[in-house]
Amino acid sequence: MINEFILALPLLLIAIGSILVLMLDAATRNKQIVYYTSILVLLGLGISAGYTLQFDVAIIAQADKTISANTIFYGGMSAVFDIIFAMGGLLTLFASREYLQRNYKEINECYSLVLLAVVGMVVIAHSNSLIMLFLGVELMSIVFYILTGFFRNREHALEAALKYFILGSFASGFLLYGIALIYGSTGSLILSDISQQIASGNYNSIYLSIGLGLMTVGLCFKVAAFPFHQWAPDVYYGSPTAISGFLCTSGKAAALVALVVVAKNVLSVETSNVNYLLESTTARNILAGISACTMIIGNLSALAQKNVKRMLAYSSVAHAGYILMGIVACSTEGFYAVAFYCAVYLFMQVGAFAIVGFIEFRDEGNMLISDYADLRTTHPALAAAMACFMLSLAGIPPFGGFFGKYFLFVAAIKSGYLWLTLIAVVASIISMYFYIGLILTMYFKNNENPINVGKMQGTKLTVALSIIGVILLGIMPNVFYGLFNFTF
Amino acid sequence: MTLEIISFVVFALLAIASALLVITAKHPVVSAMSMIFHFFMLAGLYLTLSAQFIAVMQVMVYAGAIMVLVVFAIMLLNLGDEGKLRSGFNFRKLVAWFLGGALAVQIAVLLSNGALSNTAISEKASELGTAQVIGGELFTNYIYPIEIVGILLFAAIVGAIYMAKKNLPTEE
Repeated sequence: MINEFILALPLLLIAIGSILVLMLDAATRNKQIVYYTSILVLLGLGISAGYTLQFDVAIIAQADKTISANTIFYGGMSAVFDIIFAMGGLLTLFASREYLQRNYKEINECYSLVLLAVVGMVVIAHSNSLIMLFLGVELMSIVFYILTGFFRNREHALEAALKYFILGSFASGFLLYGIALIYGSTGSLILSDISQQIASGNYNSIYLSIGLGLMTVGLCFKVAAFPFHQWAPDVYYGSPTAISGFLCTSGKAAALVALVVVAKNVLSVETSNVNYLLESTTARNILAGISACTMIIGNLSALAQKNVKRMLAYSSVAHAGYILMGIVACSTEGFYAVAFYCAVYLFMQVGAFAIVGFIEFRDEGNMLISDYADLRTTHPALAAAMACFMLSLAGIPPFGGFFGKYFLFVAAIKSGYLWLTLIAVVASIISMYFYIGLILTMYFKNNENPINVGKMQGTKLTVALSIIGVILLGIMPNVFYGLFNFTF
Repeated sequence: MTLEIISFVVFALLAIASALLVITAKHPVVSAMSMIFHFFMLAGLYLTLSAQFIAVMQVMVYAGAIMVLVVFAIMLLNLGDEGKLRSGFNFRKLVAWFLGGALAVQIAVLLSNGALSNTAISEKASELGTAQVIGGELFTNYIYPIEIVGILLFAAIVGAIYMAKKNLPTEE
């Protein structure tokens, strides 16, 4: 018999750890301790999640869930995402320390806020109840509002934070209203019960459809998918660069997990109720439309950007579109592909943002694409790393981005969404233009005085780990797929 | 006439009267005060439905916290004369009339159908409405959500303090 406490260890560790770090910050004047404790907490999360991964989900389902009363899902997918979030937090911490020291006097709240955001994400990944799902999304979002406006004396940071806060609260309202309607329709907040109710046709179809629609709107906002993506570039551009990498990778991954959790319990269920307005195929077609628009719009807007940070921000909108394909596919394969792409995307995007944050040096200089001209002469290693990330983001074979896209495309084709795959291919080809364009600028454009921003310390670790991740996942994708000893 | 019906009629009439006063009063402070009164009457209505806990929460949260906020806003904005703020016919009013009318029609239809005639408070309601039961649920079946709510509020407070802090250590 597995003890429930062992299974809940990742969740408990990160929750207690995040509060402990803040307490430490108040208790000591030593900033090093706070920083290293945060790293330890995240390592603990990753290791304990890896430990719970060995248990079979089927056995876990029988475990005595008296404490959680079935509001929590253990092991399997949630453990994999725990590891992804722990990795995201670690990479962000390594990159943000140097960035904070340069731009601002180092403020320790940043570390504890990152940890608190990770708590929210872990809660989402573990949720088996719509209450937990909502609380996780809210916890993560509230921390994100603060992190976006972390540089309080910069005007556009505050503008972005306020925009994000107002629109985000609005989206949370949609999410909550949707949850309320689903509860009213099926009589339960536990997702596994809801899927049983749907399978038996024992629910009010109108309210369930409206509720699902509202929930999708709320979650699509958090993912920054097409009609609700306008906030994303402003927010990613306005927030501290090291943090934007965190927002648009881990944050996006967490919102996508929420969609996966809902999709696997609601969309993939065959229902016997004939009056179901938003039955599975219709809902998936709508999502497919959102996904297609998101990738095209994201990539087309990124084409026009002259600022590297804005370009990455728009391209992250496009990547959300790609990942949505896995949810449209709504099969086990599709969900695996979502997890894989989230992991790859984490490495390549955080790595790219870390480099941008390093090159921007102080007070947001050197952010135009033309500033990167001839980077290879002053920072050859950095230019090579950036080139790797760009190639991976574009989906060129030796890197992880290629396999990420490959798995998503295969999953979509197998579920009969060939047209979506074709659009995704076209969108990827469009995206080549600006990704490769940056590489060309770095290597083949001449610049009279190329930027030189000194030596890198902490960021080096982030970049190195990201490179290793991107290449490892590209050469041996089966290593990551080996983690999937579970069914959704 | 049982005591239940008498108390319901008293609370309901006073609630409607105070609600009317909220929208018709000339002075904003009078509106705010009658709104507090309205919240108390609603709390009384909840009590007749055996929902003690919600009644107490209604008084604490609405009549306590939210009304303080409203009164503060009135005080800070210095809204002495409401006449200046009065606007003529506008689109918003039209929508408000439409929605209010739709609700009234809905209730009238339900009443005429007799859908609301056969309502009795179930025996279980008086057991479920107590703070004891709600507390028991929160700390057994909903222990994880309640803990996460704690962390969420904690994060929000940290953020609020950080955002409102006067001296950031930027200039060394």
